[in-house]
Amino acid sequence: MRPCGIFDRNYGQDMAIIRTWQHWASLLGALVILYLFPLFGSYYLVSFINLAAISVIAVLGLQIVSGYCGQISFGQAAFMAVGAYTSSVLTTHFGVSFWLALPLSGVVAGAVGAIGGAPSLRIKGMYLAMATIAIHFVLIWLVLHLEITGSFKGLYPPSPTLGGFEFDTDEKMFYIIVSVMLIMTYCARNLVRTRVGRAFVAIRDNDLAGEVMGINLYYYKLLAFFISCFYAGIAGSLWAHLITVVNAEQFTLLHALEFVGMLIIGGMGSIPGVFFGVLFIKILNELVLFTSPVLAGAFPWLGSSPAAAMGLIAFGLAVSIFLIFEPRGLAHRWEIFKASYRLYPFAN
Amino acid sequence: MLGIDPHSIIEIRKLSLRFGGLQVLHEIDLDVNAEEVLAVIGPNGAGKTSLFNCINGFYHPYEGEIIYEGKDLTRLKPHKIAEMGIARTFQNIELFSGLTALENLMAARHILMRRGALAGSLFFGPAKSEEIAHRGQVEEIIDLLEMESIRKKVVASLPYGQRKRVDLARALCMEPSVLLLDEPMAGMNVEEKEDMARFVLDIHELKKIPIVLVEHDMDVVMDICSRVAVLDFGIKIAEGRPSEIRADKRVIKAYLGED
Ligand SMILES: Nc1ncnc2c1ncn2[C@@H]1O[C@H](COP(=O)(O)OP(=O)(O)OP(=O)(O)O)[C@@H](O)[C@H]1O
Ligand SMILES: [Mg+2]
Repeated sequence: MRPCGIFDRNYGQDMAIIRTWQHWASLLGALVILYLFPLFGSYYLVSFINLAAISVIAVLGLQIVSGYCGQISFGQAAFMAVGAYTSSVLTTHFGVSFWLALPLSGVVAGAVGAIGGAPSLRIKGMYLAMATIAIHFVLIWLVLHLEITGSFKGLYPPSPTLGGFEFDTDEKMFYIIVSVMLIMTYCARNLVRTRVGRAFVAIRDNDLAGEVMGINLYYYKLLAFFISCFYAGIAGSLWAHLITVVNAEQFTLLHALEFVGMLIIGGMGSIPGVFFGVLFIKILNELVLFTSPVLAGAFPWLGSSPAAAMGLIAFGLAVSIFLIFEPRGLAHRWEIFKASYRLYPFAN
Repeated sequence: MLGIDPHSIIEIRKLSLRFGGLQVLHEIDLDVNAEEVLAVIGPNGAGKTSLFNCINGFYHPYEGEIIYEGKDLTRLKPHKIAEMGIARTFQNIELFSGLTALENLMAARHILMRRGALAGSLFFGPAKSEEIAHRGQVEEIIDLLEMESIRKKVVASLPYGQRKRVDLARALCMEPSVLLLDEPMAGMNVEEKEDMARFVLDIHELKKIPIVLVEHDMDVVMDICSRVAVLDFGIKIAEGRPSEIRADKRVIKAYLGED
């Protein structure tokens, strides 16, 4: 948000995301409120934010590979599973500390993602989407059939501890999850506005011209998948240690679809859009959850799990409406609002 | 030839390119000399763009070779050739449409910048100072090509003439040692053409690099080029000074009525 009459005096200022002291003050204020939130917020809201923040991390990753680099992926839920299982295996079987298992989950998921992203070197669009769906099923099949991942029984990773302090409630986990999310948002925002981020967008917008600018398509596509799946892995690890039980049913293709839906509704190629998209879908899901008992009475044909059926209908409807009426997502609305704020009070 | 000893930067030898049964280029021999503005002309479909596509690695000829400063680049990938210092523009403007003009130019600094994903994510420190340094150099090119008013505009929203200019600026931002321009003035009005011709001469003056120019407008070619090569159906039919080319019978025949 940049008010009228603020001008830059050097390139550093021109690049700054946070420009005025008012920005810094409101950012600081928001952070203080956020970090004090578990003290006064309800349990319901705290766990809502936890789950939303984990989704934000996963969708940030998807934003990098799909929104910025233009490589569509339906594998994000499976890559999240890779992170969740890596973290669980490391902490339960090998006694590795959560604080080490967390980044390692990112790296392992990233490496698996870079291999999984290899089809993108040959195929694009629809075909790549199909290939990533196949990768989803291969990965889920693997965790179901491997001894070390506890096959269908799953694993029970412990809560993180730090010097005797155990992060064993949602309120305590809130601090880890939200902090990691903030750091990962900061990194993603910077990544996309510097050299590597521009290389990603170059591949998305015009891969041939990108090559002529000296961008190695193979390397940067795989790098995009690596980074994207690193994010998914971190999200998976946080999920595992928040829920403290991991099994294959938590990572369905439906979750991957939901991540893509969040991306579309929030807006492709925008970091704030990730937040808009995740909040939109998460709030939509909650609304469905509250209203479904009523609706189930009115529409008995919804069957035995009305919330699930209604959720799917609402999700599909929301995504379709955005694709038709605002394909650039909520982020585009936000940009329009910012631009008019910048011109205020001289707006047209 | 020109009398003075020309030092050639690119040597194209017996270059032949075929698509299925279609012979697009046939045994082309052509040198690009240091500090010259070389025009490549010829009727539609003569193979001019294909020649550029061979030089920058999009197409691989089945015969012949392209030697650039002593190195064979016939089989290299486009991004390798870009790293070696060959930049080009496109007949149909191939910009990064979702980025602003400024970001397009910064994207072209890719090979000149070093910082990877990690430094970029953290931003403060090396990545930031690199961004600022390159921004300064990009701004010089923005000044040179008079693009100040469009720097923050998303290129998809720019009119045709200005997109052509961004395309040229982007190639220049790679700090190339050879510049290949594929019809930079096509589809422009007289005023825009004059601007573009002036820019090409300014760039040539300032950077002292050879420029290869595909152009249909013979008046422009006469004005700004020191040498001309003529292609027709994939064969080089003439090469020489602009005035010689204008009088050449085969060239007149190839262009029959066009100029
Ligand atoms: N990728 C390709 N596949 C098949 N044929 C091609 C390909 N690229 C070029 N050609 C053919 O090669 C011939 C030369 O094309 P090219 O684009 O090089 O001509 P040009 O001299 O640039 O023409 P113009 O003045 O219209 O730009 C044409 O007949 C074209 O159809
Ligand atoms: Mg052409």
